[in-house]
Amino acid sequence: MTETLGLTAERCVELLDAREVSCRELVTAYLDRIQAADGGIHAFLRTRREAALAEADGFDRDGRTGLQGVPIALKDILCTKGEETTAGSRILEGHIPIYDGGCVTRVKAAGLVALGKTNMDEFAMGSSTENSAFGVTHNPWDTERVPGGSSGGSAAAVAAGFAPLSLGTDTGGSIRQPAALCGVVGMKPTYGAVSRYGLIAFASSLDQIGPFALTVRDAALLMQVICGKDPCDSTSVDLPEPIEVPSAGSMRGVRLGVPSDLLAQGVEPGVREAFDASLAAAEGLGAEIVETALPHAGYALPAYYLIAPAEASANLSRFDGVRYGLRLAEPGDTVGDMYGRTRAAGFGPEVKRRIMLGTYALSAGYYDAYYGMAQKVRTRIREDFAAAFADVDLVVSPTSPTVAFRIGERVDDPWAMYASDVLTVPVNLAGLPGISIPCGTSEGLPVGFQMVGPAFSENRILRAAHALESAIGFDPRPPATVVRA
Amino acid sequence: MSVDGWEAVIGLEIHVQLNTDSKMFCACANVFGAEPNTLTCPVCLGYPGALPTINGGAVDKAIQIGLALDCEIAGRCQFHRKNYFYPDSPKAYQISQYDQPICTRGHLDVDGGRIGITRAHLEEDAAKLVHAGGSGGRIAGAESSVVDFNRCGTPLVEIVTEPDLRSPEQAVAFLGLLKNTLQTIGVSDCDMEKGSLRCDANVSVRRAGEMGLGTKTELKNMNSFKFLGEGMAAEIRRQIDLLEAGGEVRQETLHYDPQARALHARRSKEEADDYRYFPEPDLVPLEPSADTVRRLRDAMPELPAARIARFRETYGLSEQDATDLNAAPEIADYFEAVAGASGDGKAASDWVRNQPGAVGTIPAEGLAGVVKLITAGTITATIGKQVYALLESDPSADPAALVEEHGLASIGDSSELEGMVAEVLAQNPQFVEQFRAGKEGVINALVGQVMKQTRGRADARQVQQLLRDRMQ
Repeated sequence: MTETLGLTAERCVELLDAREVSCRELVTAYLDRIQAADGGIHAFLRTRREAALAEADGFDRDGRTGLQGVPIALKDILCTKGEETTAGSRILEGHIPIYDGGCVTRVKAAGLVALGKTNMDEFAMGSSTENSAFGVTHNPWDTERVPGGSSGGSAAAVAAGFAPLSLGTDTGGSIRQPAALCGVVGMKPTYGAVSRYGLIAFASSLDQIGPFALTVRDAALLMQVICGKDPCDSTSVDLPEPIEVPSAGSMRGVRLGVPSDLLAQGVEPGVREAFDASLAAAEGLGAEIVETALPHAGYALPAYYLIAPAEASANLSRFDGVRYGLRLAEPGDTVGDMYGRTRAAGFGPEVKRRIMLGTYALSAGYYDAYYGMAQKVRTRIREDFAAAFADVDLVVSPTSPTVAFRIGERVDDPWAMYASDVLTVPVNLAGLPGISIPCGTSEGLPVGFQMVGPAFSENRILRAAHALESAIGFDPRPPATVVRA
Repeated sequence: MSVDGWEAVIGLEIHVQLNTDSKMFCACANVFGAEPNTLTCPVCLGYPGALPTINGGAVDKAIQIGLALDCEIAGRCQFHRKNYFYPDSPKAYQISQYDQPICTRGHLDVDGGRIGITRAHLEEDAAKLVHAGGSGGRIAGAESSVVDFNRCGTPLVEIVTEPDLRSPEQAVAFLGLLKNTLQTIGVSDCDMEKGSLRCDANVSVRRAGEMGLGTKTELKNMNSFKFLGEGMAAEIRRQIDLLEAGGEVRQETLHYDPQARALHARRSKEEADDYRYFPEPDLVPLEPSADTVRRLRDAMPELPAARIARFRETYGLSEQDATDLNAAPEIADYFEAVAGASGDGKAASDWVRNQPGAVGTIPAEGLAGVVKLITAGTITATIGKQVYALLESDPSADPAALVEEHGLASIGDSSELEGMVAEVLAQNPQFVEQFRAGKEGVINALVGQVMKQTRGRADARQVQQLLRDRMQ
């Protein structure tokens, strides 16, 4: 029986290469741990034991190489052919996609073995995974707390040792924030680096798929698999240079910019302490710490909560009960009655709130004041980052202003919930790559350190993050008392 | 159209279905008439997670349309989402163009007038709704509706004119020339019956001489040239009657019912038309390169407007005749082939216009052969029609051989004709008497008798001259 808690993908590959374990044994170990311990976490909505073991057996029989045979968990917003994909919504309960998304196709081609689909906030709208139609996910560090969101299931799965790798999506922080709250590595690639084909859209101009892992090197390995142009997504591009798995331990000559405007948004003291300690560690590795300005960062959250709901209001209009998913109709209903009945029952309150916000923001007479203004803010924020990167190599900050909060604590206060993403949202608006690495704890809960670079500077970010991660020496295993196998 | 001191003001919105191999934003085949719901994929069905990608062939055809209409081709344009709930729209938005269309500010000249083209933009078509159990396939009163997604996502170009048209006749002529232009550049089959050419009209009226515009109504469902003309005429009449009775025109959408020849107010898709347009985030802006535009411009064939001018110049035809011959590219092509082979453009024009059935059935050489036989005097014009009739039953036959075989050659200067004339005069002494007495009209009766005997192989004027010579 392999101990999966704390087991990295690289270590999985070593074990498989050395034939110390077979693919079946490895996959079985993870599935067994999920079976034993996910009852208290609820990271997974579904597992696929038989299919996963069949794939593992294929590698054991035919031989394997690279990442083949390494398990992975997929956020339930990524379409998987023939396997239920719900986006955490009642309206898609039982929906079986007829095609694999571009990113899923790459994961399959690399031979990664999907263990199952992970829980999430409905349509990725949320910062706690409490908005899932299928129950909350608990933080493996403290099951009374949220794992963050919207990719809370994928973050918790890696933290709890249910999978060495997972995929999430990040629209306003939905990879980085749960990574921070669960003490794992999470990366949002540059907008366009990963195909969105088959990613059930929340906000098309912001959504991006990215990896969760226990280490920066593991995240880089998964980035190698998922990045690249997909002819099915015309906003996707090839990276200017291939992703490299980082190895250097130095940060000599790297200029880190600390955006005082952003931090002024309010960061709790424990988080600030862990962040400052990590800055000192970076300095010790040769990095130079300077102040940098993001003057419009304070407008990012309001702009985001106009742009993202506006796009969502259109993206979610297709869920009308006509072709797939939930349909509710009574005898004598008109098609309009059927739409209303289906959508009223199929969407949760947060999704409805955002559809209404977005519809309003795009309405005749309000477009310029809301959506149009938000787009101007977005341009300013992009310019702010461009100006910052003329002086610094990376912009760094805490990932989340707080550590994991208690389940239920913010559900009745949307603005408090939205504020969870205050430090991550500007990065999405600017389309930039960012990573969150665990940098210590506060009150026994993980704190995330965010590093943001210019577009397509993934390798720069990964190198710096790897060096800093090594210096910090964070142990990503939650206290053993919390998640019992 | 000036009716009782009123003037009509008409603008058209024309939807043209492009004849690309695949749909606008996916790889599904763009074919009419396939088994319902067989030409679909996750993209055109609007499945969760599916994304559009632009069909470059459709973009080229939109640019060709812009070039043919003398439009400016945008160096950068953008797709927008047009949001509305209806079962024919699986995403609940149509990907269209809004404030940045691919073609702007062109024109097409018709009947001596210049009709401005406001814009031409690319978009995707909606699915086809089939209503069962109601009357005449209409949604009103239908028991159920089913959706055929084959048409969903096929490429359309919407062409919008300025309100420059002044009569239903001019609007119909404009649409005819536009149709021929689109067929000539090969971007669409423009078959109104199949819906690959659809035309809506914005119609208003004003007192003759006024400059402002009256309240307009939008006319839909005029799916033939005939219905378009009828619908507009009926609406103009209705508006004038309404205004003259002291009423007001209400801005509304009307649906033309060809059976009743009447206009009905149409059920609206949603209560209010707020389409909440915003830039389509799934597509990057479209930037046609100058090279692409140049390449398409260089490959542009001669357009109908230019061809009409050339026909007048080269063949000495009237504007009306040259326009008639350009009703469709295949007619113009056929005319040119007949004119070339016969060396007589005027006669070729008469034949092609009077025998519309010849196009596509009688080889151009065959009709040219008939024209040549007439021009050379081998046969008369009357016999020419007989030879043409023979060609119709045997299109590959040689007209000269047919004349030979059926003994149809003219008998103009022959002794045979002289003999016939003498015979008729001998049989009708009373007419000769009357003629000589000054009652010259009787000669027509004599001509008729001779012509009857020749079975049309003689020229009537020549026969008359011969009779006149004999009787004087």
